[in-house]
Amino acid sequence: MKINYTTVNGKKIRLKKADLESTILVWLREELDLTGVKNGCGIGVCGSCTILIDNQPVRACRLKVEKAVSKEILTIEGLAKEDGSLHPLQQAFIDCGAVQCGFCTPGMILTAHAFLLKNSSPERKEVRKALAGNLCRCTGYQQIIDAVMEAAKHYQS
Amino acid sequence: MKKKAWRNDAYAKVTGIARYTDDLKVTGLLHGVPVYTDDIHSKIIAVDTAKAAKKPGVVAVITADDIPGAVKFGQINPDYPILAQEKICTSGDVIAVVVAKTRDQAVAAAEYVEIKTEKLPPVLDPEKALEKDSPVIHEQIGNNLVNYHCIRRGDLERGEKESDFIIEQEFETSRIEHSYLEPESALCFQRPDGVMEVYGSMQHPFSTRRFVASTLGVPLSGVEVRSVPMGGGFGGKDDTAAIVCARAALAAKVTGKPVKITYDREWSFRESYKRHPYRMKYRMGLKKSGRISFVECRLIADGGAYCSVTPWVTWRSTVQCCGPYSVPNVKCDTYGVYTNNIFCGAMRGFGSPQTCFSSEQLIEIAAEKLGISEIEMRRINMLKQNSETITGQRLDTHTVSLEQVLDRVMKEINYDKKRKECSFGKAKGDELYGIGLAMSYRGMSLGAEGIDFNSAIINVQNDGSILLEVAVHENGQGAETTMMKILAAELSIDLKRIRYRQPSTSNIPDGGTTVASRGTLMGGGAVVIAARKLKEKMAEVLAEDLQSQAEDIVFEKEMIYGTERKKMLTFDEGVKIMFNRQEYPYSFGVFQGPKVSWDEKTGKGNAYFTWVYGCQAVELKVNRKTGKITLLNMAAAHDVGKAVDFEMLKGQFFGGMAMGTGYGILEDWKEDSPPTNFHQYKIARSIDLPEMTAVVIENRDPLSPSGAKGIGEPTNELMAPAIANALYAATGKRFTKLPVKLEV
Repeated sequence: MKINYTTVNGKKIRLKKADLESTILVWLREELDLTGVKNGCGIGVCGSCTILIDNQPVRACRLKVEKAVSKEILTIEGLAKEDGSLHPLQQAFIDCGAVQCGFCTPGMILTAHAFLLKNSSPERKEVRKALAGNLCRCTGYQQIIDAVMEAAKHYQS
Repeated sequence: MKKKAWRNDAYAKVTGIARYTDDLKVTGLLHGVPVYTDDIHSKIIAVDTAKAAKKPGVVAVITADDIPGAVKFGQINPDYPILAQEKICTSGDVIAVVVAKTRDQAVAAAEYVEIKTEKLPPVLDPEKALEKDSPVIHEQIGNNLVNYHCIRRGDLERGEKESDFIIEQEFETSRIEHSYLEPESALCFQRPDGVMEVYGSMQHPFSTRRFVASTLGVPLSGVEVRSVPMGGGFGGKDDTAAIVCARAALAAKVTGKPVKITYDREWSFRESYKRHPYRMKYRMGLKKSGRISFVECRLIADGGAYCSVTPWVTWRSTVQCCGPYSVPNVKCDTYGVYTNNIFCGAMRGFGSPQTCFSSEQLIEIAAEKLGISEIEMRRINMLKQNSETITGQRLDTHTVSLEQVLDRVMKEINYDKKRKECSFGKAKGDELYGIGLAMSYRGMSLGAEGIDFNSAIINVQNDGSILLEVAVHENGQGAETTMMKILAAELSIDLKRIRYRQPSTSNIPDGGTTVASRGTLMGGGAVVIAARKLKEKMAEVLAEDLQSQAEDIVFEKEMIYGTERKKMLTFDEGVKIMFNRQEYPYSFGVFQGPKVSWDEKTGKGNAYFTWVYGCQAVELKVNRKTGKITLLNMAAAHDVGKAVDFEMLKGQFFGGMAMGTGYGILEDWKEDSPPTNFHQYKIARSIDLPEMTAVVIENRDPLSPSGAKGIGEPTNELMAPAIANALYAATGKRFTKLPVKLEV
């Protein structure tokens, strides 16, 4: 029988057959206790459940685990260093006042991370567009865009 | 170098380790889900749970008959059934809670709960609901009136006689959904000492405790509500969130096991209360001099099926019905009405977004009638220092800064120049350009709506670290960090000494709800008073060591100085001496809101002990072929009293403007085809918004111990009318119905 694996935050994980049919959201939260991924709408619209698969933002509430087989999943828990020191993008979110209730924050940071990996010298308008699929009800997005612009320079090397 | 922002919960939130209610697990946890019906108004004949109870994993199917305490509860009128028993009054009514080993099992079993009902004619239109022959929703009340408020000021007849012109206009606002990103969630378990412990996504732990205690039939001391991070509230996580907690507690009581109820977005949309839609009729009298001679208005608020806080929401609308203007003669009648629509309650703004939408357009309609500019009209009529409000309150205890906020916004956005460039319906192409603004005054905190006090506990440890607790709730706005900063400033110590401890309902007195933009004002006031008491106590004990009179001792930059600074101690040394003398450096501070008053018959009184002033402006373009509105730029100025944290303040500005944009052009909860999720209900996305500028105005308020007032709600009441006014400048047409739409 073929054994399936996926990688989560750098760690290879062996998948049980039952895991494959689960949504990535439920699997991450229930099986791996990675609760940084949030369920805001359950239909892939609000972006709170955004994770990265091979550095592409996807909606964990809609996608089955089988779609992540042999791929690399990055969740918000995997962005900071092992010693707990923050990724520059996370630090920028704090420095720029981009965090309020925090429920959209993990998805927002991961979407921004994937975007900055592709475009490290963005215009504010481009950041706005990149974040269009992540809803935030607290911030009006202004300071989130500030944070992404602030962090961009760290992606330039 | 720009100053960096910081908040005590930011690290946990950017790393994903912050634990929200649904992230919590306990051993033996069961899961509950609500069961709805297809009815909106009917008599319940029978609820049959037998089939559902036999489904796999099901532990219990709980109905109203299982409730040991009161079936109905409410913040004002106890008319909300925790589980429906006799009647279905609206589509969000819950008839049962299915409890199972897994959430999926509970969801699967829920559809097997059977209900037999006898349909009753629905009451959907609030004006028809007030007619004599309308079916009545709550028979014990006898009609569909939730409440009535009025203002009778001056002499309306005289006002009419003195008017050179009279304008009349109707306005209509929409029902909208709070759209906090985290749906409701509750986790409850009975402790060995018999206390029901509650964790939940709510913004009012004390109200939650009342709902839970009432449902279980236990005293308040038998319920302990604990706070965990919560994903937004905006006024929406009071009643509904408390009700979800009450059901989870009930299920925990019935099953003897811990129970979690986490809502889907669909359930949250279906069941949670909304912002009241209003219908408003205004008549305004004008003199050639530009003065307003009278305002007559009738406001009808659709409260939906249950009372919730409709009497308080409509009271604020009544007090603020004329906007920030001096009006000598006023007749206002306001009605809160029961219908079978989804119920309405608190939402950021609390009755003011509706009246601001009217009054800030009315003032411009008046200006046009008089042939003067919309700014001149405002300047002539706006409330000034020592002015009297329409309820007879003299504004003489704080700085009345309407002119200041208006001037600052106009300057920031270059209003005068841009106003000349507006299209007013005339342009070569299809793109029309407009700029518009709106301004307001707003009574702070609860006012004569309720009892207004708050408390704080400062507990200095023997190593000099400090635990701070305040009876305010962290809804995402940064209340905890704000409290910490106020304490650090008052004691003149390093912020790093302070750790905020979220109090539970069992260890701090009920400080009321963290709504009404009262957290910083009331909680911050309590922190300052507690800090002053702490300093007094320490000064008394340390007087001998500092060879000073206690009253001469000052706390400054981590030091404690005696008379003329001859002797000094570090803060740590001072704390050590306290403990050695068997004196606790501990204090409890209470801030009692200054007296307010209200006469329900005449609508006279000092409605709020202080007021804030704000102005917001927006530039936009609109395509007259497609109707597409593109927002280009926004600016806001708000007088906050004193700024505690600029970055967090700006976050409130921007968030309020964004939500106001949704109210203005995007969001519309239609009762005949209610949206089920965010694909049908559109809140503002990043690409719907322009760049925004925040101008923080500071005029310390003498009645606020910290000098600070508040910011949450004033930011959310102005963007919709500003957009409507800008659209007028673009198209030459008035938009009096929300959300505003260009007919093409």
